[in-house]
Amino acid sequence: MSKTILQVRDVTKRFGGLVAVKGMSFEVHEHEVMGIIGPNGSGKSTMINLISGSFAPSAGSMQLKGHELAGKPAHRIAQLGVARTFQLVRLLPELTVTENVIAGAAFGHRRRWGHAAERYAHDLLDRLGLGPVAGLPVSALTYIDTKRVELARALACEPEVLLLDEWLAGLNPTELEAGISLVRSLRDEGRTIILVEHVMDAIRSLCDRCVVMATGEKIAEGTPAEVLSDPHVIQAYLGDDDA
Amino acid sequence: MTGKDWRNLSLSAALLALAALLPIYGSPYWLTMGTTIAMFAVLATSWALFSGPTHYISLATAAFFGVGTFVTGLWFQVLPFWALPLIAAGVGAVLAGLVGLVTLRLSGVYFVIFTLGLAEMVRQVVTWVQNQTGQRGMYVLTSLTEREIYWMLLGLGALVYLAGWLIGRSRLGFALRIIGNDETVAKHSGIDTARAKVALFMIPGAVAAAAGAMLAPRYIYIEPSTAFAPLLSFQVVIMALLGGTGRLWGPVAGVIPFTLLWEAITRQAPNQTLLLMGLAFLLIVYVLPGGFVGLYDRAKRRWGGHS
Repeated sequence: MSKTILQVRDVTKRFGGLVAVKGMSFEVHEHEVMGIIGPNGSGKSTMINLISGSFAPSAGSMQLKGHELAGKPAHRIAQLGVARTFQLVRLLPELTVTENVIAGAAFGHRRRWGHAAERYAHDLLDRLGLGPVAGLPVSALTYIDTKRVELARALACEPEVLLLDEWLAGLNPTELEAGISLVRSLRDEGRTIILVEHVMDAIRSLCDRCVVMATGEKIAEGTPAEVLSDPHVIQAYLGDDDA
Repeated sequence: MTGKDWRNLSLSAALLALAALLPIYGSPYWLTMGTTIAMFAVLATSWALFSGPTHYISLATAAFFGVGTFVTGLWFQVLPFWALPLIAAGVGAVLAGLVGLVTLRLSGVYFVIFTLGLAEMVRQVVTWVQNQTGQRGMYVLTSLTEREIYWMLLGLGALVYLAGWLIGRSRLGFALRIIGNDETVAKHSGIDTARAKVALFMIPGAVAAAAGAMLAPRYIYIEPSTAFAPLLSFQVVIMALLGGTGRLWGPVAGVIPFTLLWEAITRQAPNQTLLLMGLAFLLIVYVLPGGFVGLYDRAKRRWGGHS
């Protein structure tokens, strides 16, 4: 088995009386794509927000290569090597496409600045098929290109772990195909990715392993084929009658 | 440095030299106008260094400026004058740092209101201390003439420009632009947003206090109600926004016409200056959202040409 990069142990998050994530534990190994799936409201996005430091967990620990993430502010976690995209794309509207990518490179895990950052940003943009739009303002981009720019920004710090929060949501069938092959090519480069996703095709074809969440808890873990045939998972998605 | 940098640098140096000669070729009236313009240029440009990229509107200029005038008022008899702006800058930076630590976690309108309240609070505290000690105001009688004050302000202005140019090229400046665009993205990109904001907020604080220290002799008599007058904070904001904060030269482009207009109105109809401020504010909001800088950039885009 390959090296563990991220180890999540007994993580719980409470918002007042609501327990959004309850005693979650899982591991993410180097070079794998790990999916977090589950019905709406099951706590997937909260889990991503906990790993990236948007919220601090109420209890539990999360270790990235031996560094504790729980309780650290988001910028420290980013510097330790966690990069993310957002469920609703967040670009920097007053900056050009290239500057958006440099924003990811300048302060994060592996820092680049000046010409080195520019060169690296351009390489990434070319790699993601954004070369022709590199100089444009972000307002001129198509929807999938905004997603690509956000991905490039996240990749620009060479993260240890990349978190994709429904990165494939809202794409049309052609774009979806392009998106899936893009994420697969990132995996083939040896990156470690955690993705939260609803698109089943993407989960089947991209994920090495999945964790299934329902009402804040882990109900299954394994390869996509295993978890998607698990009666508990089907029950969680479709309700008791269809299980 | 690129060729464009050298061109801008020599252009700035030439303009600075031209401005520095004003006391020699200009009349006393124009020297007075020049001093006022230099004062607002320094205040508005340093204000825009922080508030431009972050979009945090600070109304604390009067607080720092007033503190600076009081530094001079308290110590001009015991210390050499050149030391006073330095001390004021230190005090202003520390005060801005403290205020920043408390308030920069606030966002939007809460930050605006707090900074406005800060100036009022400092004024009240100074008034209270003066009441306790039985003082009312202070006379600042020095041998400094207006031309010396003008030259000092010009020197401070040159420093502000240099600082602004350096920050614009630095990672700190870039971090502030990212924060101004989306603070959440900034955090998740590895930027310590609180530290970056506090660090940059200290610059306008230090500059405004230093400017206050330099200008105290011009007022001759200083008391809290004039030294901390909130009008100053609003003037600075309006002038900076009128010129535009997108470029370093923007605020000055707002300061010069606004100061001249303000002066003309003060002479003709002294009670209508607030009306000018209101109209300028409406003009900025409805017609000139990016100030003169925005207008210039739009014109350049329309008629081709590259920046």
